[in-house]
Amino acid sequence: MSTPETPDVLKDEYKYGFYTDIEADSAPKGLNEDIIRFISRKKGEPDWMLEWRLKAYRGWLKKKEPRWAYLDYPPIDYQDICYYSAPKTGPAGEVDEELRKTFERLGIPLDERKRLEGVAVDAVFDSVSVATTHKDILAEKGILFCPISEAIREHPDLVRKYLGSVVPPADNFFAALNSAVFTDGSFCYIPKGVRCPIELSTYFRINARNTGQFERTLIVADEGSYVSYLEGCTAPLRDENQLHAAVVELIALDDAQIKYATVQNWYAGDKEGRGGIYNFVTKRGHCRGQRSRISWTQVEVGSAITWKYPGCVLEGEHSVGEFYSVALTNHRMQADTGTKMIHIGSHTRSTIVSKGISAGESVNSYRGLVQVLPDAVGCRNHSQCDSMLIGDKCKANTFPVVEAENGSAVIEHEATTSRISEDQLFYLKSRGITEEDAVSLVVNGFCKEVFKQLPLEFAVEAIRLLELKLDKSIG
Amino acid sequence: MSECGADFEIKDLCASVEGKPILKGVNLRVNRGETHALMGPNGSGKSTLASVIMGHPGYEVTGGQICFKGRNILDLETEERARLGIFLAFQYPVAIPGVTVAKFLKTAADAMRPGGAKVSSAAFLKELREYMAFLEMDPAFINRFLNDGFSGGEKKRMEILQMLALKPAFAVMDETDSGLDIDALKIVSKGINRLVGPDFGLLLITHYERMLRYIKPDHLHILMDGRIVHSGGPELVKRLEEKGYDWVRQEFGKEVLAE
Ligand SMILES: Nc1ncnc2c1ncn2[C@@H]1O[C@H](COP(=O)(O)OP(=O)(O)OP(=O)(O)O)[C@@H](O)[C@H]1O
Ligand SMILES: [Mg+2]
Repeated sequence: MSTPETPDVLKDEYKYGFYTDIEADSAPKGLNEDIIRFISRKKGEPDWMLEWRLKAYRGWLKKKEPRWAYLDYPPIDYQDICYYSAPKTGPAGEVDEELRKTFERLGIPLDERKRLEGVAVDAVFDSVSVATTHKDILAEKGILFCPISEAIREHPDLVRKYLGSVVPPADNFFAALNSAVFTDGSFCYIPKGVRCPIELSTYFRINARNTGQFERTLIVADEGSYVSYLEGCTAPLRDENQLHAAVVELIALDDAQIKYATVQNWYAGDKEGRGGIYNFVTKRGHCRGQRSRISWTQVEVGSAITWKYPGCVLEGEHSVGEFYSVALTNHRMQADTGTKMIHIGSHTRSTIVSKGISAGESVNSYRGLVQVLPDAVGCRNHSQCDSMLIGDKCKANTFPVVEAENGSAVIEHEATTSRISEDQLFYLKSRGITEEDAVSLVVNGFCKEVFKQLPLEFAVEAIRLLELKLDKSIG
Repeated sequence: MSECGADFEIKDLCASVEGKPILKGVNLRVNRGETHALMGPNGSGKSTLASVIMGHPGYEVTGGQICFKGRNILDLETEERARLGIFLAFQYPVAIPGVTVAKFLKTAADAMRPGGAKVSSAAFLKELREYMAFLEMDPAFINRFLNDGFSGGEKKRMEILQMLALKPAFAVMDETDSGLDIDALKIVSKGINRLVGPDFGLLLITHYERMLRYIKPDHLHILMDGRIVHSGGPELVKRLEEKGYDWVRQEFGKEVLAE
């Protein structure tokens, strides 16, 4: 069977590529202990936090940037990056008009009167959180949802107890860097037995030039609680690369459930691979309690480089970890993404569904680890890793690793690689459907299992985004 | 090149695949309101002809014309041909995992009227359910993934469902009868006959007489080695059933063999 050329439907335009001209308060470029002190002071942090950062920084200095991933990019000059940029805003509690407009263009109204139905949003612009909506509804239930910098000041006991408890600063190079310089992000605590009545969401926007974004998110679901959380991200179109190194920690105690979904649409660079975000992210969930449950759903359609393995440490007995991923790469994008499921507790279960779509000259790799420790009895994992190729200049790789040290584990792995076939496209076109719609139907069908994990309105958004990335008419 | 009329007409069509000539001058005219049967031995080029009519990119047209609605359609994209009212029921329909029958058909129905008003989902589903009942299909099929895990017979029925929903003016059915049990054959024929009428042209590719008992052709053509070597009335099918293709080869295949 012959394969079609990369259809022109894969010419996309990044509609979030605008830049907001706003006065900013920035740190000078470069990284040293003074910069860290500057950030900590800007955030009005207590001493323990500064010490934590400095320790992380000193650890980072001794670490080497990991290069084992299937990614090819030039060396990153960490001294050429600005580690803090804050938009100058009006009087406390009010969102600047320009900022408000920026988020409205992104489809995120910050105005309490126009706020999104059923979704509380924390909006992070460069290094600071600019607004959090729906505070009233959340307060009623005792749910804490605020910028992490605020949590450090207002809820130090909770933060000290959990920050770095899932991803310690020494975990890896990028986690250490993040721990030293993280600027904002969201903190969320769901008290015992509370089911969060609305979706919580953080929207990250990189705006300033030469600025890295290092956000830190910490979500703690106390016993028997439930929360569903969504993260979105965009950045302006720029010729140079920008660094994004986030850390997300999730903690689920007994019988708690956390659903974490990401729609990652950072600027991916142009067709020739100029510009775009370098996305090095450490995300990990800790199923600390019995019967706890954490699920990661990610739709990765942006960034020039993606290095990201959201995983679950399944410590509580009978806990469940899930990973559902769609990663689309086009043009010269490179993604090395997957998950780690570490079965420590007995009778823990995990599910992995990964759908990689590569088009253009992109490279898309799945990297997964399923590990069952010697004392973990009766564990199960099911992995399904599918790759779809569009055109013949792209690449897909799968690197699944299984380390089962307990004989009772049941581990199943399925993998497929397919091309959108000429016959599928011909069949759809013979029913009057255009080539681009045909490609998007096939691709959406391929991703179905993952999309159905997303809350309905975000599934619609994700599908629209995928179509946009695959649409010629906007080229 | 000659003028194109309103009816479906193939003129001196030549086509090859990977440099190998398959169709070597096909002439065929199907007027509105007519049903034509096309028969011929395996490998004679019937499916190739169907693919070329629909514009499959894997086949290269090296000569001739295909006329429909007053124009040569060979320069049209596949989807444009479909929108002009041409439909192909595939010999081997492909599966599209993850895409439900409902989603697919709604997309197709909307695509058939570019720029036109979209059909309301409720009205469309209602119509679809009616056709499914008519074709004695389980309504659950509407939410199944297109042709994914369908049996051979179910796929064929799905083709007819699509044809009913899209209401073409001219259809090519490539061995729609193959693989159908006796009851299914009747149902499928009933579905096709629902469209047969004064404004509908039909080209029925088949190997057997049995379907022609339900769908009466006005003419029958025999394709052999990429050419229509003989045409006649519906009575021809009896002779083919009894004697096979040898006599055709002997009587009409001479010029083919001589080359
Ligand atoms: N994509 C292709 N690549 C190579 N050869 C092809 C291709 N498509 C068709 N052919 C060849 O063209 C010839 C005609 O094939 P076609 O499928 O049109 O026959 P048919 O009349 O439909 O046969 P059947 O009755 O078996 O369905 C055969 O020799 C076949 O092998
Ligand atoms: Mg055939």
